Amino acid sequence: MFSLTQGHVKSALPRHSGRLLGAAVVTAGVATGSVLFPLSAQAAEELNALVWCDHTDPALIKPFEEKYGVKVNLKEYEGTGAALAIVEQSRPGDWDVFVIDGVDVPRVVEAGLLAELPKGELPLADTFSQVQMTDVTHKDGKMYAIMEKFGYNVISYDKSKVDPADMRDLQTLWSDKYKSRIAVYDYYIPLMNLVALKMGMKPSDITADKLPAIRDELFKLKDNSAMVGEVVSSTTALATGEADILIGGGEWAVAVMQSENPDLDWVLPDQGGILWSQSLAVFKDSKNKDLAVEFVKYVMSPEGQARLATSSCFWGMPANKKAGALLSPEQKSALRWDEQEKFLANSHRYFIPDAELDAEMLDVWTEFLQH
Amino acid sequence: MTDRPPRYLSARVRAWGLLLPAFLWTIAFFFAPLAIMGLYSLWQRVGTRLVSEISLQNYEKFFAKSFLFQSLVNSIEVTVMVTVISVLLAYPLAYILAERVPRRWQRLALILAILPFWTSYVVRSYSWLLVLSEGGILSNFLLDMGITEDPVSFANNRGATVVGFVHFFVMLLTLTIYANLVQLSPSYRKAAADLGAGPLRAFLHVTLPLTLPGIMVGAFLTFVLCIGDYITPQILGGSRELLLPQTIMMQIARRSDFPMASALAMILMAVVSLVYLACARWLKIDRV
Repeated sequence: MFSLTQGHVKSALPRHSGRLLGAAVVTAGVATGSVLFPLSAQAAEELNALVWCDHTDPALIKPFEEKYGVKVNLKEYEGTGAALAIVEQSRPGDWDVFVIDGVDVPRVVEAGLLAELPKGELPLADTFSQVQMTDVTHKDGKMYAIMEKFGYNVISYDKSKVDPADMRDLQTLWSDKYKSRIAVYDYYIPLMNLVALKMGMKPSDITADKLPAIRDELFKLKDNSAMVGEVVSSTTALATGEADILIGGGEWAVAVMQSENPDLDWVLPDQGGILWSQSLAVFKDSKNKDLAVEFVKYVMSPEGQARLATSSCFWGMPANKKAGALLSPEQKSALRWDEQEKFLANSHRYFIPDAELDAEMLDVWTEFLQH
Repeated sequence: MTDRPPRYLSARVRAWGLLLPAFLWTIAFFFAPLAIMGLYSLWQRVGTRLVSEISLQNYEKFFAKSFLFQSLVNSIEVTVMVTVISVLLAYPLAYILAERVPRRWQRLALILAILPFWTSYVVRSYSWLLVLSEGGILSNFLLDMGITEDPVSFANNRGATVVGFVHFFVMLLTLTIYANLVQLSPSYRKAAADLGAGPLRAFLHVTLPLTLPGIMVGAFLTFVLCIGDYITPQILGGSRELLLPQTIMMQIARRSDFPMASALAMILMAVVSLVYLACARWLKIDRV
């Protein structure tokens, strides 16, 4: 979903590179992170979790800590590549829980980092079937991760300044109607996936020979845009009125701000949207595996899911449908709860190219930024 | 007579002993990382693998792909612009501080001048975004004054990046130039005046040349810090164009392509080294 959290989808650090430059990148983060202290004097009942920022909300973590009388040490990371580098620099068993980009689960499973989850004890049947993604979370019939939250890279907008009906058509963003009123989310995978949808292709249809046409579309979009920015810059542009539309945005970009600015909204265009997902897993070498599994069960419970969905960092749809009963009508409206079935049916997962195509796509994106 | 050689040797050993920590520090935290980075720049990332075969492919790619090379051009253009504007603004400020503000107020004036340094760099950049953006202070001021009819945005472009940089570096340059000016004996200007030079001529032929080391040290620091900065263009530039540090960051954050990032960093370092060599004759700190 985010450039900083997912802009690494094909970025496995080679083993020896992790020991040299990877160490340099990670050292500062680890040294200043809250985890260093807990690791050096780890109590028996402590859980160390590598997480995205939405898990750092005390409203989510405190109830678990109080129920089990434990301390959850959270290390927020940006990008699976960075997370893997942190794991590589740590001792086996240092980490218990891993929140990871849905699309990156297979390679982490492949690397042998994750423990099998007790499928029967998790509310898989209560989750939206479209985001169970068993092809990603399972290997050889064993379950290694569970999708906990999802959302879309689509269009966010300020409905006081644009016609909401226009936002349901991607073509509008390429017309002159909203010239210089558009912010572009700076992450090449979902944006190029959206361009593919605009061109009438499925994201998975992207190949090297389609890239010149995609580049031309991106250049036209750049000519129409006010700015291109990562998570903070692009959402700030929308919040401050610098831009009226954020392409690549979604509920994650505006829902948390809607109480202050009810005009901020988002929608999945008719051409379709790009589905992001994040998953929860337990490290194979965890020394607190039972507690880690309890944590997974808590986050996947309706209560945990409702708190995670409305985290102070960013909002997103809970994977567990039963969380809906615990969300207020306003919260459900911000998440467009009632339209989920339609949205899910018209969404595509992130298209993850092979390494060669990924490099070419990044070159096109760099060219787009330089345009 | 017989004591001399041992005393000499002892002093030498002591000197080396004192130098050793700094020497080891420099090797461990400068030369070793630089050597690793240099080596990495000659390797390649193929798919998700790191191939440790020595080649110049990354450097060739940099010069072959115009959008990569353009980031260096952009960086140099922005940096030169920032350095020149900062010098032009900092010199009069330093001059007023050193020559016009009474001695007892100079310390307070200097503290006020460097106040922006006390704010977080990131916070300062975002603050500029609030000033320059469409709904920001500047746009509202122009609207209130009736100068424009519609809100105007000054953010998310090269100009905004330059403003953010200049705000920071004017302070740095003011300090180096001020330090140079206060060391200048007033007798030089008096001598020039005695010889018939007017204030302007005395400034151009005496004060300015004597404060050149201060200007050059400040300008060099500005150049080095500015050309390697990632935060300001990322926040204020709106990715309308890429500067070299942003391109380096993309290689790491998006693809973990450490070899390409290392090659770009080596190129950046080469540029800084060339600028240092060009300015070396003025970069004598003891003259500041």
